[in-house]
Amino acid sequence: MGLVESDKLPKPLTKLLNWGRSSSLWMYQWGLACCAIEMGAAMGSPRYDIMRLGVIPLPASARHSDFVCISGTVTDKMAPSIKRLYEQMPEPKYVISMGSCANCGGPYWDSYSVTKGVDQIIPVDVYVPGCPPRPEALLEAIVILQAKIRQEDMGARWRGEPVVTRG
Amino acid sequence: MSPEAEAPGSTATEEAATEEAAPPSPRHGEIVEALRSALGEGFLQHHYSAREAWVRVAPDSWRQAAKVCREQLGLSYLDFISGIDWKQAPDLGAEKRWDPDAEPGVDPDDGPGRWVTGVAGGETRFQVFARLEDVDRHVGITLKADAGDGPSGPDRSSAPRAESWVPLFRGADWHERETWEMYGIEFDGHPGLRHLYLPGEFEGFPLRKDFPLLAREVKPWPGLVNVEGLPGEEAEAEGESAEGAEP
Amino acid sequence: MTVTEYQKAAYVAGQAADARINFEIEAEGMTLNMGPQHPATHGTLRVVVRLDGEQVVWADPIPGYMHRGYEKLCEVRDYAQVTTLINRIDWLGSFCNEVPFILAAEELMGIEAPPRAQYIRTVLFEMGRIANLTLFLGDMAAQIGALTPVFYAFRDREYVLNLIEAATGGRFHPNFDRIGGLKDDLPKGWIDETRLVMRRIRHFCDEIDDLIIGNRIFEDRCRGIGVIPRDIALEYGISGPNARASGIDWDLRRDEDSPLAWKHCDWKVWTHPDGDSFARYWVRQQEVREATRIVEQLLDGLPAGPIRAKTPARIRVPKGETWIHTENPLGEMGYYVISDGSPGGPFRCKIRTPSFSNVSIVPWLLRGVFVPDVITILASLYFILGDIDR
Repeated sequence: MGLVESDKLPKPLTKLLNWGRSSSLWMYQWGLACCAIEMGAAMGSPRYDIMRLGVIPLPASARHSDFVCISGTVTDKMAPSIKRLYEQMPEPKYVISMGSCANCGGPYWDSYSVTKGVDQIIPVDVYVPGCPPRPEALLEAIVILQAKIRQEDMGARWRGEPVVTRG
Repeated sequence: MSPEAEAPGSTATEEAATEEAAPPSPRHGEIVEALRSALGEGFLQHHYSAREAWVRVAPDSWRQAAKVCREQLGLSYLDFISGIDWKQAPDLGAEKRWDPDAEPGVDPDDGPGRWVTGVAGGETRFQVFARLEDVDRHVGITLKADAGDGPSGPDRSSAPRAESWVPLFRGADWHERETWEMYGIEFDGHPGLRHLYLPGEFEGFPLRKDFPLLAREVKPWPGLVNVEGLPGEEAEAEGESAEGAEP
Repeated sequence: MTVTEYQKAAYVAGQAADARINFEIEAEGMTLNMGPQHPATHGTLRVVVRLDGEQVVWADPIPGYMHRGYEKLCEVRDYAQVTTLINRIDWLGSFCNEVPFILAAEELMGIEAPPRAQYIRTVLFEMGRIANLTLFLGDMAAQIGALTPVFYAFRDREYVLNLIEAATGGRFHPNFDRIGGLKDDLPKGWIDETRLVMRRIRHFCDEIDDLIIGNRIFEDRCRGIGVIPRDIALEYGISGPNARASGIDWDLRRDEDSPLAWKHCDWKVWTHPDGDSFARYWVRQQEVREATRIVEQLLDGLPAGPIRAKTPARIRVPKGETWIHTENPLGEMGYYVISDGSPGGPFRCKIRTPSFSNVSIVPWLLRGVFVPDVITILASLYFILGDIDR
């Protein structure tokens, strides 16, 4: 909308739109390794259901998704696919890096074939530590991401400026 | 399980005492004797432990040994094929830190014929080893063969070599591809040695001991700064007063 | 319903038109890339298939997207650190990965774990098997198209993971095995809780019986698909439930003289003569039931005693080589550990993983198969990418 680009969006409308965006996230699950099982438990198990937060983990493809959860070890062989996947997602997009392998290389920090953290390839919004993090930790990460979205300045995001969270 | 050490008399270089050890079961003994008579000159050494049997064969008899095992001895299950690099990685103390300027470890004369190898001996830096099982009689045997000293540069003619088992065991395809990729051991007769795990542009053979892990070179693991011993350990080990032991 | 003359004529005309088109158009083979991220490949396995119409002409699985360099990493870590690392190989039944390595180190050092530790190791091993195979039971059904059992599987698996967490501290990746025994004893009340959970898992297997095994669609999609004959299976090194589904009566728990406690209880090895995808599913379902019975018997006969033998504080494994393999949920997993007697870690640790061999048969198995059956076959072979790629 022209209002967003020119920063003329009234505050209540911004809050409404941000709230709407944060409560209806579509998650693309890029499950690589063991953390994918915990992500699966968060999604599929009735105990740690993420659908109650409004996150639906079943987009048909990356082009339909709002955020991606990279869970598991990122190897150098896999890295181009992740970059390509990230570029396929439409703006505004977010990334949750789940598990220590995706955060920083994890237990394989000295391996010859592991990318030491997915933030070397794509920008990350929320990091979830753990090996593997419990499903509740992923839920908390999603809640943090939702809080981050709610505080977002839509104009800045539209113009591609770095996102600064207030408060 | 009975206390397991090497066969009596086995030190860093001697393997002669292994003949005294008994085979772990009669069937193991039969397999080793059948290999000995089938391969003749190609049968170099054998070794027994309380549970396993090892046979080292000459490089020319590598495929012949597999053929004998598979067709005559019923060892038709391919467990794995892989390689060993007997070169000591430099400066391996408790810290396992890579020091590119350090002298190579135990072996002062870092050349052919003086490698410190394991059971059933070995003369070259690289060895291939494989394991076959008989699933009906529940015995298995580990075969070893020398592969060469390498190194293999752009001209792959000086690479360590071994005969391929693909004509005998179809599953050897992937095992040999992986061994080539990790060690550079060329397999003669393999339909196509190409990368299995690593991306196509990868340079080097990772499991060789002289392939450094660059992350450790740049920053040694911070958790290994050892200033004091574990409680009680120095008193036990040294037999001296326990002044270094802190609770 | 009667068919009018007009409909008959239209049908015949349509067939004739089809025949003309098929004769005129020359179809080229199509290369289909089931890329590294695909819901059906259990992780990051890339399978490139070349198709002629609906049939596969050749298939080439490309592993390595999860290759983390385990064998090299094991050489630069010491034995306790290696234990932490290796339970991420088969990341569903994680405790099972630690056991052969610890047994190898114990054999080289000449240490024997006390009986209580061996019993509890076996119990945790079987619970890892249950955790692993229940996910398979739900997941293969999901690949076939039945979306409900996956949720039942995750739900009932949670109970097993809770138990493992109560005992070891981690839902998976327990890192609980130590040279000489285990890290800690079982918490209070764990044994009674486990008995209830085992009953629950058996109930889950009965649910699977109702939902899947007799299901017409499942049978049509799985029976006769992906038959692996016995001798081909041995050539490729297929092991575990895949081999037992081809009629190979081989189970390392029974046939190998292992220090763990399987010989102290009464259980059965399940085999199936067919060798198709249905057989592989069925064998695994029976194994889950059998695992629950093993756990119950072992808990009934659990000996008292110490949980860990006396080991030196600094682990220094004498020079030697050994090979230990166990019947892991996925197949036969083995560690060939070479120690050079220096302090620190293994000199060379060759990890023989079952899924590596199980997937090496895919090029042979997928020839001439239709595209939907490719999914069935991959699902029934059941590999875990950490296990293939290490």
